[in-house]
Amino acid sequence: MIGAWLSGAGGPLLSGPLSHLCTAKAIPGKVCAVFRTELRKDKEIERFAVFMKTVKRSKTDSEMNQHVTAELADPVNIAPAGQDDVVRLVDLKRRFGATPALDGVSLTVRKGEILGIIGRSGAGKSTLIRCLNGLERPDSGDVFIEGREIGRLGERELQPLRRRIGMIFQHFNLLSAKTVEDNVALPLKIEGRPKAERLARAAELLDLVGLSEKAKAYPSSLSGGQKQRVGIARALAARPALLLSDEATSALDPETTRSILALLKDINRQLGLTILLITHEMEVIRSIADRVAVIDAGRIVEQGPVWSVFAEPHSEITRSLLGGIRPQLPAEIAGRLLPGAGAELILRVDVAGEAARGPLLSDLAVAVPGPFRLVHGGIDHVQQQSVGTLFLAVVGNDARHVADVIAFLKAREARVEVLGHVAGSV
Amino acid sequence: MSPVLFELLLRSIWETVLMTAASGLISLVFGLPLGLALIATERGGIAENLWVNRALGAVINGFRSVPFIILLVALIPVTRLIVGTSIGTWAAIVPLSIAATPYYARIAEVSLREVDRGLIEAARAMGGNRWTIIREVLVPEALPGIVAGFTVTLVTLIGASAMAGAIGAGGLGDLAIRYGYQRFETSVMVAVVIVLIILVCGIQWVGDRLVARLDRRG
Repeated sequence: MIGAWLSGAGGPLLSGPLSHLCTAKAIPGKVCAVFRTELRKDKEIERFAVFMKTVKRSKTDSEMNQHVTAELADPVNIAPAGQDDVVRLVDLKRRFGATPALDGVSLTVRKGEILGIIGRSGAGKSTLIRCLNGLERPDSGDVFIEGREIGRLGERELQPLRRRIGMIFQHFNLLSAKTVEDNVALPLKIEGRPKAERLARAAELLDLVGLSEKAKAYPSSLSGGQKQRVGIARALAARPALLLSDEATSALDPETTRSILALLKDINRQLGLTILLITHEMEVIRSIADRVAVIDAGRIVEQGPVWSVFAEPHSEITRSLLGGIRPQLPAEIAGRLLPGAGAELILRVDVAGEAARGPLLSDLAVAVPGPFRLVHGGIDHVQQQSVGTLFLAVVGNDARHVADVIAFLKAREARVEVLGHVAGSV
Repeated sequence: MSPVLFELLLRSIWETVLMTAASGLISLVFGLPLGLALIATERGGIAENLWVNRALGAVINGFRSVPFIILLVALIPVTRLIVGTSIGTWAAIVPLSIAATPYYARIAEVSLREVDRGLIEAARAMGGNRWTIIREVLVPEALPGIVAGFTVTLVTLIGASAMAGAIGAGGLGDLAIRYGYQRFETSVMVAVVIVLIILVCGIQWVGDRLVARLDRRG
């Protein structure tokens, strides 16, 4: 713990035990800053000292304000270091040759949540998840697991830490020469637990995943879904604080995928286990994730609660990943869109939350008389939130009428996009 | 076949079995760790060390490129140092082992390389160290191949032991040359060939059965 007395242009600025700079604001005459958690590393302490010197040198309040703003804009200093963060990544970078796999990723995973990271293949997902248990080393940046920085730990120091982190894989990675129960018990064998305890724990976990009767079977006799259940049981054996899921359902059929995801959600609820999963399927995110982070070319381009990202995707990549599960304008209509005039005007209407639950269309019909049709779309339910996308065709060429329709929808907090006209009826 | 020749045949069988079994066992004991060392030190291995890897590879290739009959003679000083004599069955076991060890190391290396890297990654993710990976993953997963490779090595050793007659080691090959070929005793030649066929088939059969039992890959 460090104590500091910061004084600048306007007299004493700050006093008391200091630590990580969280928020700071220059107000006339002084800087108000809030610091949380301890400064743990020399690097941070040094950086903070430099920052204070710079602030002290400020001659005017606005200059001081600038310094503080610049400091806060740096993710290294504003990443919150809450006690509830199981994982905190700060400005992680990793290159393979000339191509950056991770290009400055900062991310936190909170205790008890399911965070989904989605991206196309080659976006850096696998590298990212492997940085969390040290299977991959970042070139720069910090990886905090339960508050402890692991990026620079040696292989030997990482080993006990990895036991706190379970991992499941796309291709299950079960040992073919061991029985199901021996596979599940392996993490405990590595920990050096006595055999009786290992087998008791394995039995308990196989019961949890519904495979008790397969304890003595070999993995080759199991189906894909059963293998992944064994993988999950094995990942849970050493009672981890965090479960990493590397495309765990990508090799499974849709029905099995659903049952595996339901199992993961169950485990998350029952055991309060924090889960970080990577996937290229939005359906997986939608089914179980609480929050989603979209990764593209080694950067997190978007993150937030799943329903809000679904309702209002900001980046092109997110929209494209959502394409498969959100309504899209049917191709045959999209191909006939004209910029000028036509018999019908096609609108895309996105609604979320309250707006999506209300009688939007019947209200529209009453408020703005005139024919319109629902061409395509629907209301979806994500995390108990309603998220809808509707494609409406407004019949006729009356610009005033169209403007009224759009104004009404916007008043209901819908996002409206004019896609174009179509000549005949579609 | 005269009773004397028959007795000679029995003795030769014993000598061949002894040479094959002893040098086979030694090549297993040294060859498997050598194969593991090759896999562990290669690029991306669990104990990557390219210099060690290249040095091991060069030594193995060196021994493997010397014809066995030359090795048999060239190793005489080494044999004398280890066994105390440079002639006889026990003396032949030294060059046989030294020839078979690098041979088996290469075979073991191939089996070990076939172990899915995902399994090694899984063991590392569980917090396993190198020893855990070798004991719980590499060796058990490659065991069918390791056993099948050992079978091949034993059969090769039976063939190589025929040359050991050159340093007075006896054995079936020696019997076939001295009696069957040089003394025109066709019955001895036929008997030796039949015994060798039975021996090779027996080893292969046991090896195959063992592999089938061990292989759980489905």
